[in-house]
Amino acid sequence: MSGPQLALFVSVFLACAVEAVEALTIVLAVGVTRSWRWALTGVAAATVALAVVVAALGPALTALPINALRVVVGALLLIFGLQWLRKAVLRAAGLKATHDEAKAFAAETDAARAAASAGTGFDGYAFTIAFKGVLLEGLEVAFIVLTFGANQHDIGLAAIAAVLAVAVVAATGVAVRAPLARVPENAMKFSVGVMLTSFGIFWGTEGAGASWPGGDAALLVIIPGVLLASLGFVQWLRRQHAVATAVGGTA
Amino acid sequence: MNWLVRAVHAVWEFVVGDDPAIALGVVVALGATALIASAGAAAWWVMPLAVLALLALSLRRAMR
Repeated sequence: MSGPQLALFVSVFLACAVEAVEALTIVLAVGVTRSWRWALTGVAAATVALAVVVAALGPALTALPINALRVVVGALLLIFGLQWLRKAVLRAAGLKATHDEAKAFAAETDAARAAASAGTGFDGYAFTIAFKGVLLEGLEVAFIVLTFGANQHDIGLAAIAAVLAVAVVAATGVAVRAPLARVPENAMKFSVGVMLTSFGIFWGTEGAGASWPGGDAALLVIIPGVLLASLGFVQWLRRQHAVATAVGGTA
Repeated sequence: MNWLVRAVHAVWEFVVGDDPAIALGVVVALGATALIASAGAAAWWVMPLAVLALLALSLRRAMR
């Protein structure tokens, strides 16, 4: 596996694992508190809907001229990546609450218990919440697989990474039957923000008509560069926050 | 029409998120890259610099 292929695999795996953890939390919450049968039916229905979306969008994406695809995907990845990175940097600097799957699970189970009981028949609440959760997180997975895969001409590798990530998260969830609170989700989100932003810089630049010195190997400089800059921003924010706190304390 | 407004709002939230300046900055930077590249000059440096500036400005706004 070449360097850019490894970067593609790791990026897709991490991004899809984060989305899968979030979907798993939602499904577990409604399954445990409401109805496993209707929660899993919601998961199955969402999976079918996702398959239809991927079947419709996949060929359309791969039929686009590569430069048009790269500039559009590069822009979208940069917008997503910078939003993820911004939140991740703020969390790492202690300026934003970290995402906590145990808390998210507790909130979902409280809401599920508070919703009207379905009796023994069709549980619309369990079905709808599981369907929406899996569909929304799944759409993000599909977006990541199709865009990364199409741009690198390796949808197969991107799909393998995504399937592996979802399988690992689902198997772990089934094994522990609890939200994956021990997954270092915030660190993973930081990594995914770095990866999305790096690929966005690379593809956006190429799509806009510019060439990278060293071609694909430039990614091996861009990714560590974005990581170092992001870590630098974390330190800068911590110092700014400490100074602001000290000034506030003496005022 | 309510569903249409909700759908547009959902797409806006999904694509643009909570800092529209980032989306605008990315589009402007890509346009600048295309302009410089079409003039025959090296333009690969534009996006890395733009991304650093956009992230710094967005974090500064978030600090306030």
